[in-house]
Amino acid sequence: MPTFTVTNFLQTLVTSVSMGSLYALIALGYTMVYGILKFINFAHSDVVVLGAWFSYVFAVKTLPAMGIPPDQATWWAGGLVLIMAMAACAAIGFVIERAAYKPMRKAPRLNVLITAIGISLLLQNTGQLNFVFGARPAGMPALVPTTPWSIGGTGEPGSFGVKINPVDVIITLTAVALMVALQVLVYRTKLGSAMRAVSHSIPNAALMGINVNFVISFTFVLGAALAAAAGFLYAIKYNLQQTAHPSWVMLGLTAFVAAVVGGIGNIRGAVLGAYLIAAVQQFGSLYISSELRDVYVFAVLIAVLLLKPEGLLGKVTREKV
Amino acid sequence: MALLKVANLCVHYGAIQGIADVSFSVEQGEILTLIGSNGAGKSTTLRAVSGMVRPSSGSVEFKGRSIVGLQPHQIVKAGISHAPEGRGIFSNLTVAENLRLGAYIRHDSAAIADDTEKVLTTFPRLKERMWQNAGTLSGGEQQMLAIGRALLARPQILLLDEPSLGLAPQLVQTIFSVIREINRQGTTILLVEQNAHMALGVAHHAVVLEVGRVAMAGKASDLAASDAVKKAYLGHG
Ligand SMILES: Nc1ncnc2c1ncn2[C@@H]1O[C@H](COP(=O)(O)OP(=O)(O)OP(=O)(O)O)[C@@H](O)[C@H]1O
Ligand SMILES: [Mg+2]
Repeated sequence: MPTFTVTNFLQTLVTSVSMGSLYALIALGYTMVYGILKFINFAHSDVVVLGAWFSYVFAVKTLPAMGIPPDQATWWAGGLVLIMAMAACAAIGFVIERAAYKPMRKAPRLNVLITAIGISLLLQNTGQLNFVFGARPAGMPALVPTTPWSIGGTGEPGSFGVKINPVDVIITLTAVALMVALQVLVYRTKLGSAMRAVSHSIPNAALMGINVNFVISFTFVLGAALAAAAGFLYAIKYNLQQTAHPSWVMLGLTAFVAAVVGGIGNIRGAVLGAYLIAAVQQFGSLYISSELRDVYVFAVLIAVLLLKPEGLLGKVTREKV
Repeated sequence: MALLKVANLCVHYGAIQGIADVSFSVEQGEILTLIGSNGAGKSTTLRAVSGMVRPSSGSVEFKGRSIVGLQPHQIVKAGISHAPEGRGIFSNLTVAENLRLGAYIRHDSAAIADDTEKVLTTFPRLKERMWQNAGTLSGGEQQMLAIGRALLARPQILLLDEPSLGLAPQLVQTIFSVIREINRQGTTILLVEQNAHMALGVAHHAVVLEVGRVAMAGKASDLAASDAVKKAYLGHG
């Protein structure tokens, strides 16, 4: 175990915040869909991967077509890629819900679960077809400066220095902006209260004049757009573009665990769970062993499920009669 | 022409028959009450009108137009508001948000604010609890919220399913005088009640359901005077 240094601690904190932001963006999609339809959308992590691939295609094909070389991309060009990837995945999220899940709305839970796994496999394998994205890894252009900013680090005894990658700042700022926007949407707008009403009871929400099908579609679209944002940010951070790569699987799974730890169905819980899981993972890697980084995730999951099965912010629902 | 006309309505829940054959008409401006014992099919009838369940046969016409097959939110937009059995409160939302959802289909913010104020004048208890989660309300307060919320849709006909259920006698009186007042202000009401005595007191017409069929129908005062009703539903005879 390394000795404690302020530098290591701060450096790990930066990484935790950045990873937590990525997990949070993905966890929100799981939790929103669960909140409304009470099922785990197993295809959600594949939408993250699609988001990354769309980002890649837009960055290496669309930007040059617009006369912008990806290695000289300005901040708005990066933003454009992000928005296009979010839009593309939003459309896919819409189609998945309408074509696969809506017909199963009254079917037993297990059937819906199997459908979700089917959609997940469909997306993975379609993505790897040669005329789609292909099965080979591709290098994502960074789109943002790669030279880290150094803070402190004069080398004198007792001083500390931290290196911050611009991409981690971008990840955190983008994720926080999206999460604040989602928070406002869900808790401050009429559509948001309709979403919460639908998550409480579909038939009673319909009696308010709420178009339940619209709200459900909208929720999938939102979740998919956030997943795409996570895919984009992950891609520019790691340059990693292989469909069905093990790290993608772990990314989706970790985010899912974050949603459960926070209390599945609870939006704030998903965000809390995501940062918590990221911190445990990163600090565990620092002070214990980085080989066990995925073990910490599930250790937290098991601990939470034992002590507070409904999750940190989850509520045991009780109805008055 | 009747405002709402239900004819030969039959509803199944899977293999279970909810109602077998129900027909009645609600005239513009009146209160019609559906009474009957547990499991007679009162709630099922309301659910079929508001589109929560799809009838296996029969018709529901609102202002002369069939509404069978419309989705519940379209039926609300057409002018039918349903305060369901069990109140249908969103316990994860505040009282204010619940009321706002009652007016979900409306876009006239000023008039919504006026109507909300009116509801709060009728039920002052809600006013004190506007920012509280609706799940923390007492049963009676939830009932007030359910009625107030249904009114905020400005319906042409209001379907109320057992608004007096579980309320203290004094509150039952209040609820019934509110129902009478809502009706006086022009809203037609289809009222389902266990409390046949009170229901027959406010209603113009009444329909008695027995195991999914209409057993008796007529003027509320005539039914209240009939021996059969007295014996079966009024607890004396
Ligand atoms: N969701 C359901 N699934 C299966 N059967 C149902 C369902 N809802 C109602 N039923 C059945 O339909 C019949 C009519 O029920 P309904 O709820 O309409 O009665 P009700 O007159 O409202 O009774 P109560 O006064 O107890 O509320 C009953 O036999 C009931 O068991
Ligand atoms: Mg009933």
